Amino acid sequence: MKKREDIKKTYKLYIGGKFPRTESGRYIKWTDPKKATTVNICRGSRKDFRNAVVAAREAFCGWSSRTAYNRSQILYRIGEMLEGRRSQFMDELILQGSSKKAAEKEINLSIDRLIYYAGWADKYQQIFSRVNPVALPYFNFSYPEPTGVVSAIAPNESSLIGLVSIVAPIIAGGNTVVVLASEENPLCSITFAEVLHTSDVSGGVVNILTGHRSELIEQFSSHMDVNAIVYCGNESEEIKLVQENAALNVKRPIVYSNENWHNKNTQDPYRILNTLEIKTTWHPVSI
Amino acid sequence: METFIHRIDQVGAQERVSRLFSRSIKKESKIEALHTVLSMIDLTTLEGKDSPGKVKQLCYKAAHLHDQLPNLPTVAAICVYPTMVAIAKKALEGTDINVASVATAFPSGMTPLEYKLNEVKMVVAEGADEVDMVISRGKFLGGEYNYVADEIASVKEACGKAHLKVILETGELVTLDNVRLASDIAMKSGADFIKTSTGKVSPAATPPVVLIMLEAIRDYFKKTGKKIGMKPAGGISKAKLSIQYLVMIKETLGQDWLNADLFRFGASSLANDVLMQILKQSTGVYQSANYFSMD
Repeated sequence: MKKREDIKKTYKLYIGGKFPRTESGRYIKWTDPKKATTVNICRGSRKDFRNAVVAAREAFCGWSSRTAYNRSQILYRIGEMLEGRRSQFMDELILQGSSKKAAEKEINLSIDRLIYYAGWADKYQQIFSRVNPVALPYFNFSYPEPTGVVSAIAPNESSLIGLVSIVAPIIAGGNTVVVLASEENPLCSITFAEVLHTSDVSGGVVNILTGHRSELIEQFSSHMDVNAIVYCGNESEEIKLVQENAALNVKRPIVYSNENWHNKNTQDPYRILNTLEIKTTWHPVSI
Repeated sequence: METFIHRIDQVGAQERVSRLFSRSIKKESKIEALHTVLSMIDLTTLEGKDSPGKVKQLCYKAAHLHDQLPNLPTVAAICVYPTMVAIAKKALEGTDINVASVATAFPSGMTPLEYKLNEVKMVVAEGADEVDMVISRGKFLGGEYNYVADEIASVKEACGKAHLKVILETGELVTLDNVRLASDIAMKSGADFIKTSTGKVSPAATPPVVLIMLEAIRDYFKKTGKKIGMKPAGGISKAKLSIQYLVMIKETLGQDWLNADLFRFGASSLANDVLMQILKQSTGVYQSANYFSMD
């Protein structure tokens, strides 16, 4: 009997809750370390990024006005969905060169990290808010609000835990995000989009692109409708470019260098605070 | 009134539109096109909550689209409700920008002719340079073409020197055959411009409808030598779509129609999107609506 031909997945982008191919029609051939499997990955263009920012901007109002409790539930739901797709991520992580044990560990850690930020999603606001003493008849208080649309360049080395560690604190804070997946190992990132797609995360809240970092970093950092950029990497030239371009519209640049995303110390509520803005309100009170 | 009915091939119109819209306009041509689009805009505010302040702000914007960018044209006209004409006229003193007023019980047109004519006379007396009237769609759909034609002719007379734009409200005309027939009636009855929609009915200006109206204008020009203008309105808010319309005019009517005397866009948010595109072309950086005037 003839051997059955496997139906392979087409790896596409994730923009505005849809899975489009890149508008440029360009692809990158990705081959696994054993040279056994070749996959076509979308080589995202600046126009894909532009479309993703439009989607993220549209989604911002809805996502940021959800209750913190509801955002927390949805983050928890992402963790649940990831748990259910364990075997798919196992296969891809192993294909990308992980050992079975390492792959299992990475998936466990990713789920735990989502649950960790789900827990923080309705707590950071009271922790980071404060009442300020003022010498006037005002009740003066400061509290964090979401920054807006955040662009993010995910870590290259750890494709699943890296992506989760970047995306979770950004959306826990009520922001929407356009993230460039690991260039070396993009498989898990697009599969993670399928997890998001089935987790009540509205379209446009998280947008995932694949492509060349060197080609897209300029637009990721300069776009005027992006309010903060998270950069993960150690290239000093890239860091300089991100910081300079961020100055164009005073977007907040956040740089994570030399991080080991498998380490527990890369998760903390201050990473949520990084993409928040503090608002201070003066409320008149009678003396 | 002769009412020869052109049968329109709907699928053919769609196909023609999609071929014209697949053209890619880039670099210098794009910048040139974007400037042309700006100069063709009828900057519009037609809301029940319009205030003198809002109209004045819009008039200022009409003359100062984005002062940081040098060599920008101004828009062609401001389009307002009758009670705002005097305010707009005063605010635009000393500029070349026209004041257009909607009239004849816009957007429904459901008042007696006498009132409509009074309204037109009033806006012209207040200084409106252009009058945007609506046709009686109920009468048109009821087959009373002579009534529609007579009404347009009476309004044209009441306009005096002011230019008359006739709004067909194609979203209510159901078929492309009707769009063509209404265009023919409007042109024969004295319209200087034919306009797709009020912006209050969905769908507003759709590409096939605009194409059919442009073809009606072309045929009328071939027959009579008179050049009638065209104004798509409603739902045109993206620079890309406006450039695609320029391609459509160029291919259907030719170069002569590519100016504000014979082509207008009725739009409120289009101007900002075009400005964002021009700035993107000159700086290479994608823009944000935060840095442009709100309107």
